[in-house]
Amino acid sequence: MPNEPVLALRGISKRFGAVQALTDIDLEVRAGEVVALVGDNGAGKSTLVKAIAGVGPADEGVVEWEGRPVQVSRPHDAQELGIATVYQDLALCDNIDVVGNLFLGREILRAGVLDEVEMERRSRELLQTLSIRIPSVRIPIASLSGGQRQTVAIARSMLGEPKLVILDEPTAALGVEQTAQVLDLVERLRERGLAVILISHNMADVKAVADRVAVLRLGRNNGTFDVKTTSQEEIISAITGATDNAVTRRKARNAEVAK
Amino acid sequence: MTTKIDETNGGDTEDVAPVAKDAVAAVDPRLLVRQEGFKGYLQEFGRKLRSGDLGALPVIVGIAIIWVVYQVKDDAFLSPKNLSDLSILIVGTGLISVGIVFVLLLGEIDLSVGSLSGLAASTMAVLNIRHGVPEVLAVVIALALGAALGALHGFFFAKIGVPAFVVTLAGLLAWNGLMLQVLGTTGTLDLDDDGFVQTLSSHYFSQLIAAYGAATVAVAGFFLAQFLGARRRKAAGVPSRPLSEILVRTGVLAVIAYAAAWRLNEYKGLPLALVIFVVVLLALDFVVRRTSYGRKVIALGGNVEASRRAGINVDLVRISVYALSGLMAAFGGIMIASRIGSASQQAGTGNLLMEAIAAAVIGGTSLFGGRGSVWSALLGMLVIGSIASGMALLGVANSVQYMITGAVLLAAVVIDSVSRRTQRSAGRG
Repeated sequence: MPNEPVLALRGISKRFGAVQALTDIDLEVRAGEVVALVGDNGAGKSTLVKAIAGVGPADEGVVEWEGRPVQVSRPHDAQELGIATVYQDLALCDNIDVVGNLFLGREILRAGVLDEVEMERRSRELLQTLSIRIPSVRIPIASLSGGQRQTVAIARSMLGEPKLVILDEPTAALGVEQTAQVLDLVERLRERGLAVILISHNMADVKAVADRVAVLRLGRNNGTFDVKTTSQEEIISAITGATDNAVTRRKARNAEVAK
Repeated sequence: MTTKIDETNGGDTEDVAPVAKDAVAAVDPRLLVRQEGFKGYLQEFGRKLRSGDLGALPVIVGIAIIWVVYQVKDDAFLSPKNLSDLSILIVGTGLISVGIVFVLLLGEIDLSVGSLSGLAASTMAVLNIRHGVPEVLAVVIALALGAALGALHGFFFAKIGVPAFVVTLAGLLAWNGLMLQVLGTTGTLDLDDDGFVQTLSSHYFSQLIAAYGAATVAVAGFFLAQFLGARRRKAAGVPSRPLSEILVRTGVLAVIAYAAAWRLNEYKGLPLALVIFVVVLLALDFVVRRTSYGRKVIALGGNVEASRRAGINVDLVRISVYALSGLMAAFGGIMIASRIGSASQQAGTGNLLMEAIAAAVIGGTSLFGGRGSVWSALLGMLVIGSIASGMALLGVANSVQYMITGAVLLAAVVIDSVSRRTQRSAGRG
């Protein structure tokens, strides 16, 4: 295959006590590709993301990174590989300014002292390359809108120069314009050749930016669809489990006959 | 903060989806950009005031009011002797309060500092007087003891997960008990009048040049740091402070520094204790604002989970902050013993703990974590010390003094809470 997957999951399973959260999950993401991970509540999306990010390692299955099997047992392992995760609850400090948040935990030092000038310069550069519009990089996160915070959180994940970015419900609590900003940013990540896993409930968002959609249902793969050739209804029926019933079978047969 | 905002906004507007294109102008119209120069500074100041970002203003106004009122009542208040005594009086509790500032930045509390300071002072005295340990070594051991016991609190809080309030409450009782044990039946141990510890509080740099020289070094150092910082920022193409603003700031500092030097020189000169206090303040202010450790402490006060995910070793930072609090408590205890000239069973009891916490809060450090400055220990102690010293001059009873200090503390917390709420609604919280 010319375009080898950056990340490939093979047969991932995860149990919590008596609950089988994930069963035999396969997933592939390639560079420059946005894969949407969709599913109903409790379908196992977050569990799968945690397995990839090293927060809650899988019980069984193989994680392949650029073709070789790897162990991701701690968040640190994932970061080493080049996997950046932006969680739903943002993980920013309200009381610190944009620059401080971008560089939190990896401050640039100059002779052992915080190099505010360099950090500010790089922050502006980073935000500019991602076309993120923030009124000022020196205002506390608390004064930013939800969409701006989300873009800061995503920009923050870019500092580690990752190859794969996982976005957990990035548009869940956002308004129309803010959602547009975030979706623009997702497209820019793809243009920069990154692999993106986008978790979303919003079919419109998924249709807008994703290349492929992987559906989880009750902890199992329930199909992977090409966004361009699949209708929203088909995806939704895969999510709700309505794929395999009389209506869809008739539809499929009719479609074949029509060909 | 200022000028070149359009840089970040200049990017590629062409390829943006139409939805965003209409909504985003070249410069974000919602941003209130500060004007260059002095006028812009005043506007910014007014806006900060309205949005509840008061900074050190209320407490400075408070100090001014207290001083004017006392001076009118009794003109001995602003006399060189009284001011010089005040500057030594605030050092011990002020040092303890500096440790409290760090704990408050975490959004936690340390109730043990009073007892810990008493324990450190009596340990130092017992080692020196009963066991003949040299004074300097005894001080070092006492400081190490303070840091170790503080780290112990931090361990129970960070690793075991016991609420800090309870851990340090236990410390308050236990270390007070241990201090009584250490002192034994003697009760009070008098320190050597000409010894190292007493000298810390009794020595004055009496040459005129000392105080003025220190003021000059402070002002020049401040100006140079600001000026070079601004030049570096300009060179890197990020917004910088205009020269006029730097000059104004330096001017304000110069007025305060030289006025203090003049008053101190009128009496015995520059007190060593004050020098120690200011040096500690400068050093720890640097730690908070300019090192990654300080950044971690503030981040923890803002959002623990975010800090953890950013790879900050939360437990280690917590333990170290409590160790620092213990260290500063021991240091403060020793300076108090040095001022009184003895270590007694009363050391570290009474309202010392309350004063140390109140000073940090009155000085403007938030009780809610993540917001504050090391300098609030100095400002807060100036308020509390001024009230006490003025009351003593006027011959007012302790009872009234406690009630007034209580009212001031309440006022400070009210300002903290209200400004926090206003900041929330102004989106700066």
